[in-house]
Amino acid sequence: MKKPFPWHILVFLTPAFLIYAVFSAFPLLDTLRLGFYTTSETGSQHFAWLANYRMLLFDPNWSEGFWNAMGNNVKFFLVHMLIQNPLGLLLAALLSMRGVRGAKAYQTLLFLPTLLSVVIIGFIWQLILSPLWGVAETLLGYVGLAEHFQPWLGQEETALYTLSLMSVWQFVGIPMMLIYAALIAIPDEIIEAAVVEGASAWRIFWTIRVPLILPTLGLVTILTFVGNFNAFDLIYSVKGALAGPSYSTDILGTYFYRAFFGYQSQLGSATLGAAVATLMFLVILAGVGVYFFFVQRKLQRFSF
Amino acid sequence: MQHKVTRFAGSTFTHVILAGYSILALFPIVLIAINAFKDRASIFDSPLSLPNAESWSLIGFEKAMKNAHFFSFFGNSMIVTVTSLFFILLFGAMAAWALSEYRFRGNRWLMAFFAFGIMVPIRLGTVSILKIMVSLELVNTLTALILVYIAQGLPLAIMILSEFMQQIPKELKEAARCDGVGEFKIFFQVILPLIRPAVATVAVFTMVPIWNDLWFPLILAPGEETQTITLGVQQFIGQYATDWNAVLASLSLAVLPVLVLYMFFSRQLIRGITAGAVK
Repeated sequence: MKKPFPWHILVFLTPAFLIYAVFSAFPLLDTLRLGFYTTSETGSQHFAWLANYRMLLFDPNWSEGFWNAMGNNVKFFLVHMLIQNPLGLLLAALLSMRGVRGAKAYQTLLFLPTLLSVVIIGFIWQLILSPLWGVAETLLGYVGLAEHFQPWLGQEETALYTLSLMSVWQFVGIPMMLIYAALIAIPDEIIEAAVVEGASAWRIFWTIRVPLILPTLGLVTILTFVGNFNAFDLIYSVKGALAGPSYSTDILGTYFYRAFFGYQSQLGSATLGAAVATLMFLVILAGVGVYFFFVQRKLQRFSF
Repeated sequence: MQHKVTRFAGSTFTHVILAGYSILALFPIVLIAINAFKDRASIFDSPLSLPNAESWSLIGFEKAMKNAHFFSFFGNSMIVTVTSLFFILLFGAMAAWALSEYRFRGNRWLMAFFAFGIMVPIRLGTVSILKIMVSLELVNTLTALILVYIAQGLPLAIMILSEFMQQIPKELKEAARCDGVGEFKIFFQVILPLIRPAVATVAVFTMVPIWNDLWFPLILAPGEETQTITLGVQQFIGQYATDWNAVLASLSLAVLPVLVLYMFFSRQLIRGITAGAVK
């Protein structure tokens, strides 16, 4: 006897599949396709094979900006890796210690900035760091460091790092929570056995707890990578589409926006924007690929 | 004795760091809030002090409220967020159920198709999304935003929910099937109520990025009628940069919904993460 066609499966799947396919998967593929076209002055599009990529990567008018954005994006990512994630690990480790009074309250407070819009975050920090209002200068004065105050957001050498730190300030709650969840999932018996053996808390942390949460640290790394190489909102809301001063805070997201929509006298081009998006896609894909083939495969997930 | 001293020192150290960082996390938000309630002179003269009888002023809020669009921004954000969320949860749960419950050809392929969307940001498809919206005549409508956000939220929702659904005991479903209950009834009347805690977790994770998004409102719906609060505040800041009272007050108002939401959901959120909903 032939089974009846499983209509119910179709009904359950279709809405999600359709919306996701039409507004996410298809646009992504179509963007990869559009990257191979160029737009003429009349607005018609022609297939041009690698012309966009040649321009972005080798024509000095464009490549300088592209490589600058790429370099800045790498720095942006490194600041998150060197400060945000270790800080998240530290906070999570402290929160997960036994008998910390008020741990729940700390969690709530520390996670709060993550929920706010970057537009608000950007503006708050802009105010605090502005020489005009002088809150930062006054605060530095309390600890006798007022003469070290500088308009960090306005200087070419410091603006990118200042913005990176603002982003770290906002998003540190995410690695903190993920690591915290992994730490408290470690069964007590393992830790207790080590305590009985006479291991110090410091040693237990580095030789038992950290190795056990390596998969989570890997996940945090890849989430940071994808998030950073796709960032846009903070730079745009603090520095505008031109990512000043003189492009020192330009990252791939803002570069993509300008290629797509244009700025000042430069006209935007959908096909050139698509090419930039494709390059961003390749960067993210490379990161995710490295993660899956080299990191996740080697790290076994511990199930308790 | 020495042991006790080390433990005391250890816990002091813990609290100094945690409390210190909590102050750092809260300081900017508090700073905005206290200055929103001051008159202009006090904002500049003593930004760090609390408002007192002399400096207390609500002029900023009055100005922000007088801006005709402020409430419409709020309304737009509400409509977009709530509608997207409803469909992400409904369609996401339905798809998660189909993928985790039934064995059929292409099951794993479909799983991978959806999983792809977790890692690759939908933003990279913006050029084509705009093209599609232009051809559907949806530019400058809230519908455009809602459709994109549903597509953006589905992958994570499907992954988390299917993980939860796999933990539902088999006997429950088999018993219902033996009684001749249809598949749709099983899903809507047995399964959906069971996964309510997971749904709440997914809701928070999905809601925050939608509420805070700047990119798609800027590109798909920048018109005055369709601006969301995030885009509205961003432009409001630019427009009224010198009117500090109004800017600080409108910032405080824009933070408010998220704060309320967080108060409401924070326990659920933290429980959801620590229960391993996101792995």
